[in-house]
Amino acid sequence: MWYLCVFYHRLLEYRRPEVESLAGLFDASIDSTATLQWSLPVDYHSDSPFHLVNLPSEELAQSIASRSILVKGIYEIWGEGRNFEELEEAIKSYPDDRKLPYLTPGSTFKINVDSFGKALSSHEQKDRLQKLSFIPFEGRVNLRNPEHKFCLMDNDVCGSNNGLAPIVQSRIFFGREVAVSDRKLLQTYQLKSRKYLGPTAMDAEMAFLMANLAQVKPGKLVYDPFVGTGSILVAAAHFGAMTMGADIDIRVVRDGRGPDCNVWSNFKQYGLPMPISLLRADNNLPPWRSGLKEVFDAIICDPPYGVRAGGRKSGGRKLLKGIIDPYTVPDDKRTGHIPSTAPYSLVECVHDLLDRAAKMLVIGGRLVYFYPILRDDNSIDTTFPEHPCFKLVAVCEQILSFRYSRVLLTMVKVAPYTEDIELAAKMKHLEFRENHVKWLEEGNLHSAVFSPLETQVNGVSEKSSSKPKYRGKYV
Amino acid sequence: MRLLTHNMLSSNIKGVTNGFPLLIEAEKVVEKAVDFNEDFLKNMFAKIEWKALVDASKTMGYAELPDNVESSMLDSDEFLQKFHHALLELHLEEGALVCPETGRKFPVSKGIPNMLLHEDEV
Repeated sequence: MWYLCVFYHRLLEYRRPEVESLAGLFDASIDSTATLQWSLPVDYHSDSPFHLVNLPSEELAQSIASRSILVKGIYEIWGEGRNFEELEEAIKSYPDDRKLPYLTPGSTFKINVDSFGKALSSHEQKDRLQKLSFIPFEGRVNLRNPEHKFCLMDNDVCGSNNGLAPIVQSRIFFGREVAVSDRKLLQTYQLKSRKYLGPTAMDAEMAFLMANLAQVKPGKLVYDPFVGTGSILVAAAHFGAMTMGADIDIRVVRDGRGPDCNVWSNFKQYGLPMPISLLRADNNLPPWRSGLKEVFDAIICDPPYGVRAGGRKSGGRKLLKGIIDPYTVPDDKRTGHIPSTAPYSLVECVHDLLDRAAKMLVIGGRLVYFYPILRDDNSIDTTFPEHPCFKLVAVCEQILSFRYSRVLLTMVKVAPYTEDIELAAKMKHLEFRENHVKWLEEGNLHSAVFSPLETQVNGVSEKSSSKPKYRGKYV
Repeated sequence: MRLLTHNMLSSNIKGVTNGFPLLIEAEKVVEKAVDFNEDFLKNMFAKIEWKALVDASKTMGYAELPDNVESSMLDSDEFLQKFHHALLELHLEEGALVCPETGRKFPVSKGIPNMLLHEDEV
């Protein structure tokens, strides 16, 4: 059945993939690499908060809304139209057997009146409610705890409000509320109340979205190879997963800022189960035993791509003093020796990540990670890393500055990891590296993001001003 | 460090061909309760190197695990409880993991194994 899915006006490209991922999580019969059927109300564009989605059951709609971060509510539409006359006609022609069970005497109900992009005064609300008097409500109004809730919604027509491109013509929707979401957990988990934070701690809203895209649920094992302060695993643990994390920086994973301010305390703070395992390891040379494969249900991470924080790997070449030969650690210094590390380029890091994930994820397991892209590149079809074991199911851009965005990639493991695939992955990686060497190499991304714009130096900033200022792609 | 982690780790020093299982030098072992999850245990069972888990749990002072197992034992609640305890609740707080081939010690402090290699081991 088709439902009206109303979203929060945030992170536009994340909205549909989140719903699709949750649909697959709650309904095993939905193929996790398939997409749901979507459409848009007449005259609306995809950046507006109103979308229509075909879901197999009302229970599924409720499960999705209860877990979703970006869904505001899901409604069964009784009628819609360009004006109240059209709305009335539509509601009247909606089948009685769908309406009457919710209008019975003795039941209680409530109608919310909402307008996207506009706050309605109580007078305006009342005015609009009056226009619904033709609906034969026989129950009593109960504003506190009604059995049935309805919603009258429209989109404010005042031009380009909300930084959004104008829709052609506003529509009015009236529907029965099937489910609404609860964003309270974002309050609880907001970073400003988090005890232990690092410079690249993942924002709570994004961390929960990542966990939803990874289809995290109780009993699953989730791994973050760049765990840092654990901000991604906190969200995964909230949804009941067993968590594991690794980081190359021992100060972060072991010490934190003291006994009550470290990765463990971030879990304790919210009463969440502690990670099953934290270790210091290198993503480039992971210490997994050779026969180990298909153990993780999801790998979720924000790899260091050298803009806010650069990656490091083993194999530094710092000269060691007093010595046998330049890179040999003397026996008496082995305990407590801190090995030097080498810079870890994004290409290498992503290649390692995909290849390890292909081996370590179960079939159907998900890899969810951020990947940076430069916005100056006018090419629309950016190519993303590929791997024969994975199918890319969602690409969600979050614009960070005029210069660059990060894209959340969701990949599903669809094929087992074999030696042939390992070889093929290496070839693919080389091909990819050749084409993107320009900005993917160590340091270049950082300078591309932070160096002064030439156009601005010359007093011409046409290029930047021509970019859309709101966070969507419809123009 | 829990024994689940131990069961996944090996010594990856350059040139070492058989770095698994790492021997455990236990200085301080603590027990940390973890919520029992039957599905998780059943999923994990097939991926565990059983002998390594039995030996490791003995080193940590827990000798209740049977030496030989088969998947039919997963129907027994008593077995699952023991498996759960050994895999997830025994926790090496201080000590070391020792490479079986070279004797190199990977220190474990505050429960975190440090698996990073030195410059000359990469």
